[in-house]
Amino acid sequence: MSSTFTLDGNTIPFTEGQTIIEAAIAANIYIPHLCYHPDFKPHGSCKLCTVEVNGRQMASCTLRAEGGMTVHSATPELNDERRALTQMLFVEGNHFCPSCEKAGDCKLQATAYDLGMMSPHYDHFFPDRPVDASHPELLLDFNRCILCSLCVRASRDVDGKSVFALSGRGIKTRLIVNAKSGRLADTNISVDDKAVHVCPVGVILRKRRGFAVPLGQRVFDLKPISAYVDASAKIDER
Amino acid sequence: MTAAIRAAVDTVLERYRRDPHYLVQILREVQEACDWIPPEAIDRMQEVMRLPRTKIEGVAGFYSFLYTRPRGKYRMLFSDNITDRMQGNMELLEYMCGQLWVEPGKTSEDGLVSIDTTSCTGMCDQGPAMLVNNIAITRLTKPRIDAMCELIRAGAPLSAWPAEFFRVEDNVRREDVMLASEPDPGRALTAALARGADGLLAEIKASNLRGRGGAGFAAGQKWEACRNATGDAHYVVCNADEGEPGTFKDRVLLTSYADRVLAGMTLCAFVVGAKRGFLYLRGEYRYLLDHLQAVLARRRRRNLLGERILGRMGFDFDIEIHLGAGAYVCGEESALIESLEGKRGTPRNRPPYPVTHGYLGAPTVVNNVETFAACSLIARNGGAWYAGIGTEKSAGTKILCVSGDCARPGIYEYPFGVTVREVLADCGAADTQAVQISGPSGICVPAAEFDRRIAFEDLPTAGAFMIFDHSRDLFEVARNFVHFFAHESCGFCTPCRVGTSLLRNMMDKLANGHGSPYDFAEIEKMNRILQAMSHCGLGHSACNPVLDTVAKFRPAYERRLEHDEFKPAFDLDRALTAARQMTGRDDAEAHFDAKWENER
Repeated sequence: MSSTFTLDGNTIPFTEGQTIIEAAIAANIYIPHLCYHPDFKPHGSCKLCTVEVNGRQMASCTLRAEGGMTVHSATPELNDERRALTQMLFVEGNHFCPSCEKAGDCKLQATAYDLGMMSPHYDHFFPDRPVDASHPELLLDFNRCILCSLCVRASRDVDGKSVFALSGRGIKTRLIVNAKSGRLADTNISVDDKAVHVCPVGVILRKRRGFAVPLGQRVFDLKPISAYVDASAKIDER
Repeated sequence: MTAAIRAAVDTVLERYRRDPHYLVQILREVQEACDWIPPEAIDRMQEVMRLPRTKIEGVAGFYSFLYTRPRGKYRMLFSDNITDRMQGNMELLEYMCGQLWVEPGKTSEDGLVSIDTTSCTGMCDQGPAMLVNNIAITRLTKPRIDAMCELIRAGAPLSAWPAEFFRVEDNVRREDVMLASEPDPGRALTAALARGADGLLAEIKASNLRGRGGAGFAAGQKWEACRNATGDAHYVVCNADEGEPGTFKDRVLLTSYADRVLAGMTLCAFVVGAKRGFLYLRGEYRYLLDHLQAVLARRRRRNLLGERILGRMGFDFDIEIHLGAGAYVCGEESALIESLEGKRGTPRNRPPYPVTHGYLGAPTVVNNVETFAACSLIARNGGAWYAGIGTEKSAGTKILCVSGDCARPGIYEYPFGVTVREVLADCGAADTQAVQISGPSGICVPAAEFDRRIAFEDLPTAGAFMIFDHSRDLFEVARNFVHFFAHESCGFCTPCRVGTSLLRNMMDKLANGHGSPYDFAEIEKMNRILQAMSHCGLGHSACNPVLDTVAKFRPAYERRLEHDEFKPAFDLDRALTAARQMTGRDDAEAHFDAKWENER
C-alpha cells in the first residue's frame, strides 16, 4: 500500500494514523484552519479546514490520510465556502479589529484577509456578551469568541483544571468559566497555563501587554497566515 | 432552603450511585425535585461527584428542558410543530399569556408560571399539545386553557389536575403484521433460544430488515458487525428519541407494544453478547416512564430480563431507561451515546462508528424502536416470511404517522410500497396540496407525485406524513421547519450553528415583506454551505425544507419577493417596539411609517 496521497496535485507522504492536515503541514502546505492546533486532539468544529476527497467534503483535521486519496483544498469553490464561514464567525460575535489589541496576531483576522474577505456580508447578530475583567492579570473578552474550544481542551487536557467549558446550545453556545460566580478571578487559572496561550483570537488576554509589540510588527503584519503553514506556535508565544 | 436542596440532590445522587455517566438523569431528577437546578444543587453535585463545575453547567446548558434559572412552579411549553400551528397553538399561547399576565418566553413576576414554545412533542394527531413540567397535555382548547389557568392560580399540583387533560390516544387506524399480531411476551425469545444466536442472526439477515429511523442501514449487518467487534463489553441501545417533527409511532409502540420492543432489544443482546441495554426515551415522553418501568419489572419477574434469561446459562441482560431533556440532535446515534454518557449531545467525529466504538467506547448497536419491534416478529415468524412482505428493497411494513389536513389522523401501518395517494385516501384527506414525508429533514411531495411509493428506493421515511391542503402556505411550512433547525442546532460546527440562524433570519426577512431576488439567491447559497460543510445530518438536512419547497412551490416564495432591489432586513418601526412597550404607547406618533419618510 502506497503511503502518499495527492493534495491539489502535489504528492504528499504520510505516516500511518496521520490526518490530512498533519501530513499537509509536514509537507509545508497550508490548509486554512482555526480550531485545529498540533498540540491537541482534533476537534473538527470550525470546518475551515474542509477539503474535498473523492467528491465529498470532509474536515481535514479529523480525516485520516489513506494511500491514493485525491484531495482538493485550494479550489475557488472551497475558498468561497471558507470565506463564508469566516464571515459567519465575524457576524456571530462582536469583532472590531481596529480597536482589538490582538489585531495582527489574530488567526481569524489573518484568515479572513488571506481568503480575501472584504466585508462581513451577513447581518450582524450583535450578541450581548459582557467582558470579564475580574482577574488581576487576565481579561476575558467573550465578544471575540469563535467557540473553537482550544482553551477548553488546553485547560482540561494539559493544565488539568477545566477552567473553561462550552455551555448553551446552537447560536446561544457560550464560553463559561469554572466558578459559581461565573468570574475568572474566582477560578484557579494562572498566567502560565497552556489555556491562556492558545486562544487564536482575542478572548483571553494578558493585562498590560496589549501593545507590547506595536501594530505593524505583529505575526501576520509580517507575513500572511498562509505563509506560516502552521501559525499556532507563533501565536502561542504572544 | 439550602438544606432541602442538598437533601434532594443527595437522594438523586444515591439513586445513580454518584456516577457522572448519569449526569443528564441526575440533573433532570434534581429539577423535578426543585423546579429548576439552583446553584446550591450544582455545588453539591460538584462536591459529591468530584466534577468541575464547568462540566455540570456545560451539560445543563445544552438541554432545553434543564433550567439553571428559575422558570416557575408551572412550566408550560406549547408544542410548536407546523401541525400545532395549523391547529391554532399560537392563539392559545397568547390567550394563556393574557390570562396569566405573563409574556411568552418569560417567567411571571410572582415566579409561579412560565409560558414558552418547544419543538414538536409528538402529539400531532391530537394537538394542539403542550408539556406542563414535561408531562404531555393533548387536545388544547380555550376552555381547557381556562381550566388550567384556574388550577395554576390555585396552586394545584399536577396530580390533582383532571386525568382527561393527560389522556393520550393511540389512534391506530390501520393495522398490518406489526400492529395486528397478538402480543405474546416471551414467544419471540423462546423461538430465538431454540434457533441459537447464529440462527437468529441468520433470520434477521434473511429478513432484509432495514433500520426504521430513516437511514435504512441493514439491521442484520449492524448486529453482525457489533458482534464481531472486540471490546470489554457490548451494548444495545434503543433510540426512542423520536424528535423528528410529525413523528409519533414510537409513542404508540412504547405505549401498547412495549413488550415487543423490549424483546427485540433482548434478541439483539442475545446475538451480540450484550449484558446491558439502554432505552433512550425522549424527554417529551416522560409520561411513559412509569408505564415502561412497570413493563420492565414484569419482564424481569417472568425471567425475560435479568440473569439466565429463560433458564439459558450465560444469557444475562437488563435494560435501563434514560430520558432525554429536549434536544433533537440526540436522535443522531453518536450524539445519543454522548448524552447516555452524561455529556452534551454533540455528534462525534465518525468514523469510528458506534458498532465498534459506541457507549464508553465499546461496540454498541443503536436501532430504532420500530426496528427492534420488527425483530421480535422476525424471531417468531422467520426471516423469509418477513422478506416476503413489502417490496424487493424494502422488506416488511412501515408505520406512518399521519397528521395535518385529513379526517382521520393517527397511526397507519402498511407494507412498504404503498403510494402516497392510497394513504391520503385512507385517512380522508381532500384537496391536498402537498405531503411532507419524514418530517422537516425529509421530502416535500406535491400532488403531481402522489403515485410515488413509501419505500427506501423511492420515498424513504422515519414515519412522519404531514398533510397540507390548498389553504396552506408552503413558505410558512418551510419557515417553521427552518426555525426548528435553528433551535435544535447543537452549536458545535460553524456552518450549522451560525448558518441555521442566518437562514432563519433570511426566511423571516421574506415573511416580514423585505424580500427581493437578492435574498432568494442568498438563501440558496446558504443551503449549499449547510449541505456541504456541516458536521452531521442535522446541518445537512436543515436546508431540505427550503430547497424542496423552492424547487416544487416556487410561487410561494416569489409572492414574498416584494421588492425588485435589495432592501435591508432592518425595519425602523419594528425596532421601536421595545420603546413603545416601555412607554406604554401605541399611538400614531409612536410609529415610524412611510408618511414620515415621505415628509423627510
